[in-house]
Amino acid sequence: MVAAAQGRETAARRRVQTALAVAAALALFSVLWEVYKVVGGTIDDRWSDVLPVRPDDLTMPHVWEIAGSFIDPVQRGSSEILAVSLLKAAGFTLIEAGLGFLIGTIVGLGLAVVMLRSSWLDRALVPWINISQTVPLIALAPIVVTWGRTTFLGDTVSVALIAAYLTFFPVAVNGLAGLKSPAPEALELMRSYAAGWSKTLFALRLPAARPYLFPAFKLAATLSVVGAIVGEISAGIRGGLGRVILDYAGRYTTGPEKLYAAVIAAALLGLFVFGMANLAEARVLRGEKQES
Amino acid sequence: MTADTTSVAAGYTVPRRFGAVAPAVIAGVVLLALWELGVRAFGIREFVLPRPSSIGQALVDNWSTSEGVSTVSLRQAGWNTTVIAVSGLVVGVSLGVALALLASRYVRVGRTLTPFAVAANATPIVALAPIFNAWFGITSALSNQAVVVVVVFFPVFLNTARGLLEVEPSQIELMRSYGASDLSVLRQVRIPNAIPFFLTSLRLAAPLSVIAAIVAEYFGGPQDRLGPVITQNASFARYAEAWAAIVVASVVGLALFALAVGFERVAMPWRRPVDGQ
Amino acid sequence: MLTPVPAISIQGVGKTFNPDSDGRIVALDGIDLDVDAQEFVSLIGPSGCGKSTLLRLIADLVTPTAGIVEVFGKPAHQARLDRDYGMVFQSAGLFSWRKVARNIELPLELMGWSKADREARSAEMLELVQLPEFGNHYPWQLSGGMQQRVAIARALSFKPRLLLMDEPFGALDEMTREHMQNELLELVAEVGTTVVFVTHSVSEATFLSDRVVVLSPRPGRIQEIIDVPLGDHRTEETREDEAYFKCATEVREALRRVGASS
Repeated sequence: MVAAAQGRETAARRRVQTALAVAAALALFSVLWEVYKVVGGTIDDRWSDVLPVRPDDLTMPHVWEIAGSFIDPVQRGSSEILAVSLLKAAGFTLIEAGLGFLIGTIVGLGLAVVMLRSSWLDRALVPWINISQTVPLIALAPIVVTWGRTTFLGDTVSVALIAAYLTFFPVAVNGLAGLKSPAPEALELMRSYAAGWSKTLFALRLPAARPYLFPAFKLAATLSVVGAIVGEISAGIRGGLGRVILDYAGRYTTGPEKLYAAVIAAALLGLFVFGMANLAEARVLRGEKQES
Repeated sequence: MTADTTSVAAGYTVPRRFGAVAPAVIAGVVLLALWELGVRAFGIREFVLPRPSSIGQALVDNWSTSEGVSTVSLRQAGWNTTVIAVSGLVVGVSLGVALALLASRYVRVGRTLTPFAVAANATPIVALAPIFNAWFGITSALSNQAVVVVVVFFPVFLNTARGLLEVEPSQIELMRSYGASDLSVLRQVRIPNAIPFFLTSLRLAAPLSVIAAIVAEYFGGPQDRLGPVITQNASFARYAEAWAAIVVASVVGLALFALAVGFERVAMPWRRPVDGQ
Repeated sequence: MLTPVPAISIQGVGKTFNPDSDGRIVALDGIDLDVDAQEFVSLIGPSGCGKSTLLRLIADLVTPTAGIVEVFGKPAHQARLDRDYGMVFQSAGLFSWRKVARNIELPLELMGWSKADREARSAEMLELVQLPEFGNHYPWQLSGGMQQRVAIARALSFKPRLLLMDEPFGALDEMTREHMQNELLELVAEVGTTVVFVTHSVSEATFLSDRVVVLSPRPGRIQEIIDVPLGDHRTEETREDEAYFKCATEVREALRRVGASS
């Protein structure tokens, strides 16, 4: 149909526009970075206190140095370039984050269903669920990992649990709101069909909850990456991006651009996961226009 | 639903009557009791989950002087971290609101920048901590404060901007029909509309500031803060002390959350808060 | 002589909400009503008169505090479990995540019908409401009137003998409304269902029904039941008949007597 083809056309055009906008933003940022370094370099000696950040090459490597580090070898004499090494570390972190996301989603949805079923449990648990997010469980990462090592669960699962802790909250909260969202008439309709509680849950409440769940999934996806990285750092786990960032921070003086590269890699991982969640939403909700 | 993923609010209103609070209190007591009994009954090794009583003891012992591994008392460490968290929170919130107001004034700029803000919010901002350490010096408080500012800024900006911009067109048309200026529209329509969104993001930002401060502390720096107290005690197997520090951190986070909720009560006594998305 | 069992038998029915508290509301009081098979009965009355509540009592979505409701000779509760009726609300209430055909199939799914049977029946129903090419569309792609037609198709998909309708055309514009009324009459004649129809509109009640039940303001009691002997084949022309106007006037006057404001 013509309308669909036109729709695809505008979508493609929008993608190009987005890509151009991103490229423009990156270019602008790079220009500002270098300009700051140049300008700052001239006034630095006399008014060094004015500048918030010193513009020397150690504190602020040149943009091209940072970009170049991606294709430099990871270490002197290594055949692997930094980009590949970062990619592997990102993959490692991604697995932990993904597992955490899965666990968090299951727990979150489970909690939402339980609280739906029993309003007593709803009132009993909501405050504790809220409070759980003020406890920096992330701080417990070393303990969680140590415990994990005494059981059959490995380090990966331990970090995944930390990620899950951050994930379950938005899923539970939004999930409950979504499960409660159907209009009274929809519920009456199901009763008129003599449909029981579980049939109503699967045929009505869960599908109706999706517009509430997807924003939560997007948030949870990014949180799971944060949880995985910080979990790795505080537990001292090797192999993931967290450790890489920590290492390069420690060896900053010998290669500042590597730290920047690692942080950029972490940012890209977060964006990747966020993008995947957006794609999933588009795919699942394809065709159904959702009323906000 | 818009693609805003910055804040997911609990829709949680502080209950007024005891009857409404009772289930939560009961649940809390039950959980505590289970915890205490479970550790004793199953002989769970102390490092997994010290008994609440052990933690309480460590809290008391370490409050004014340190008995544990670190040289700083819990009170002092708690204070230092709180200062960083709160100062970062204040700056981050102010910046968020200021830029949101700007975005509502220069709408096209605002609309082009918002997707970037959404994207930035999706990145693990705490990973910037080592870079800020390099910029501002690892010993300064500024590097950690900067992390808190950035973490807090995005949800506040995105939610407030949304509240300022997503106004009923009919309300704007009404104001225009009165010949109202842009500033008037802002004051009379946009800001009242934005208040619930802002307050929702404040509720989120408050505990987030504490967590961001502690996580930033993991990347190195002075040891007289809560983050290092937790990790040092944990690495020397002094788990009760580590948990005690976590309790302090949680209490601070809760206090800030309660402040944010209280602020909501004062600012909008007539309405329930809106769920941010 | 055998008197046939009425389709619906309401005896001495009352409904009080929150009987033990300050918020006590007597919605209905002393309702006696019989509806014969294949009859079309409208419930009309001022806001708050309990007509929607009465409909829900028949549907067993609300239980009476006094009296008995029987549907096809069994208690209303059993009739609901046996799925003896279909229900249509003012908002079409289609599930936005299901395509039109799958919306019609919803009750059939819940009843455990096989995929093939379901699809055959939903195709049949789409023909019946004259929307045969829309099975693969999503509800948002249909107009309000079309969505209501789908809701009616869904209500009739398992061919119940009774149709309960709560102001189904209330949200539609006048032209669409009249069109839908014509279609409804044709449909009902074809399928042979009994209908209980709640409405605000005098013209709608008169045009559609064999009898119009006028309810008083809260507590709702049956004020009057007005016969509408306009025959079984009502069309556009019927709306301009003398007889139609006479009946509509009767209904309107009954409403005025009951104290219906506006």
